[in-house]
Amino acid sequence: MALFGRKSSEKGPLDYAGRWSLRLWVAGVMLFLYLPLASLVLFSFNNSKRTIRWEGFTTDWYGKMANDDALISAFANSLTIAAISTVVSVVLGAMSAIALWRFRFPGKGLFDGVITLPIVVPEICMGVAMLVFFGTIAPWPRDLVWPLDLGAITIAHVTFSFPFVTVVVRARLASFNREMEEAARDLGASELRAMWDVLLPHVRPALISGALLAFTLSLDDFVITFFTAGPNTVTFPVKIYSMVRFSVTPEVNAASTVLMAITIALTLIGMKLQGTDIAKSEGV
Amino acid sequence: MLIRFENVTKRFGSFIAVDNVSLDIEMGEFFSLLGPSGCGKTTLLRMLAGLEVPSEGRILIDGVDMAGVPPNRRPVNMVFQSYAVFPHMSVAENVAYGLKIERVAKPERDARVAEALDLVKLGEFAHRRPDQLSGGQRQRVALARALVKRPKVLLLDEPLSALDAKLRDAMRGELAAIQREVGVTFVMVTHDQDEALAMASRCALMNRGTLQQVASPGDLYEYPANRFVADFIGTINLFEGTLTTDEADHAAVTTPALDTPVHVGHGVTGAPAAQVWVGIRPEKITMTPATHPRPAGPAAMPQANVTHGTIMTSAYLGAVTLYDIHTQSGTLIKVTAPNGVRTASPALPAGTHVWLHWEPDAPVVLLG
Repeated sequence: MALFGRKSSEKGPLDYAGRWSLRLWVAGVMLFLYLPLASLVLFSFNNSKRTIRWEGFTTDWYGKMANDDALISAFANSLTIAAISTVVSVVLGAMSAIALWRFRFPGKGLFDGVITLPIVVPEICMGVAMLVFFGTIAPWPRDLVWPLDLGAITIAHVTFSFPFVTVVVRARLASFNREMEEAARDLGASELRAMWDVLLPHVRPALISGALLAFTLSLDDFVITFFTAGPNTVTFPVKIYSMVRFSVTPEVNAASTVLMAITIALTLIGMKLQGTDIAKSEGV
Repeated sequence: MLIRFENVTKRFGSFIAVDNVSLDIEMGEFFSLLGPSGCGKTTLLRMLAGLEVPSEGRILIDGVDMAGVPPNRRPVNMVFQSYAVFPHMSVAENVAYGLKIERVAKPERDARVAEALDLVKLGEFAHRRPDQLSGGQRQRVALARALVKRPKVLLLDEPLSALDAKLRDAMRGELAAIQREVGVTFVMVTHDQDEALAMASRCALMNRGTLQQVASPGDLYEYPANRFVADFIGTINLFEGTLTTDEADHAAVTTPALDTPVHVGHGVTGAPAAQVWVGIRPEKITMTPATHPRPAGPAAMPQANVTHGTIMTSAYLGAVTLYDIHTQSGTLIKVTAPNGVRTASPALPAGTHVWLHWEPDAPVVLLG
């Protein structure tokens, strides 16, 4: 505004934010979107067995949650599955993105179409498919030691996570200048070395955001996990669900709040990393 | 010679990018591959770098057949059109990259990087990031990065096309100076004839995948091999005509475009009475006002090499003025007149009647 020497009280033609009608509308939307979440967080601090009435502030439920062995082991399961499936998804996703971007091979069109299928197939179908697959076609051996017993869930998570990584990495590859790779080759790098030195730094922001995406997807997933989880391989969301079936206590709220906080934090980090990294490499 | 192309052909599907090119480039030359876009010059350069593989023929560098030698094992380095400076490395890291891969020890590497950066006058910028550099500076990084490898041949792909006009002129002189200083053979691709004429010691003019002429810039301009060369390099007035006289020391061409025969001060190697083209460069035509007496033609043929016309348009460019002149028969003749002295109205007005004449050594006779 100072740029055009205009007084701040004057409204420009596009200063919609200054109009009370629009402000009211935005406030309404915000309320609609975030009131349920806010009340979830609020009632996790409620000093009462019931969630309906506010009885006073307490952090007891977080303490209780921390001492709940079943919940903690479910949380450990979730983190382990998320970590492994993220690593596998990033490697698999990046490789398939590079393959689709770089090479021509028979069946490329088919591969291209099928690879994003796990994104669009309804989760419940994926869940049932996994149940059938690990139940009858390729049963995951039971009674394995931790964390091998999480194998089936981890594989299921990789299936729906890695296409997201592929999509993100491919978008980034589109802006890669092939002359960079040729320059590296020209300066003496082997094909692999040129990829490592030039292509990889270029796609790094996409790898990071893809990894965070895969991690949060895995951490939050309920439906597919529910169908693949056994009695000893309960994840955090599945555990919360089973707790809700008994009663909705503020402990459930507290657990949900923790899950939400982790997810939001990871998303923010991902956005931040991607933003700064891309800004750094732009304009070249 | 240093580089030899032997009957090199490159096909992309059914498209023939380079068609049976044979070419020798000597050690220490500043060689330019010149031609319109799509003529195959860049493909030729990329084949030299190993980034494309010839469909047929051989390429030898320093006597070694380059077939099957990947780009990272060739004694050539390239300055890319987009410069391709690595954005995640500092200027010094960019320049050091090739030496690092070569496993040159750090003390020597640092010394050579510093030397290369000094050569391109980027010594103070060693620790800058590429996004903090201007286009011209980024190009210097690309140049230093390639030269630090001490290649036998430096390849330049349209090195000046992305720079603004002033910088382009400055870089022209500087590139030529760097070439003299390091003595490396330069092979440069360009579509800009001025660039090629100003910098190169020898040029190959290409069109549609074939070599049209390989010559020094002066020969390319004054002794074009065919109409394409004559037309591509500079401006020329081209007229189709018939060779009526062809002796050892002179020749004459009559053309329906002009009401005067064109007398040429040398013989033409070709059948007489053949259909030929005669070309006269605009700056080789002298213009005098029609109020002056008719200029004398050549002694051997007084009626030749003089015509008259009317100025249609003029463009004053400071150093010279360009005129478009129509003859009585409607032929357009382009004439360039130098502005030797300062006058209030440097350009003659449109509608002025003028005499045009030229020396017997001005026209060039082209057979194809």
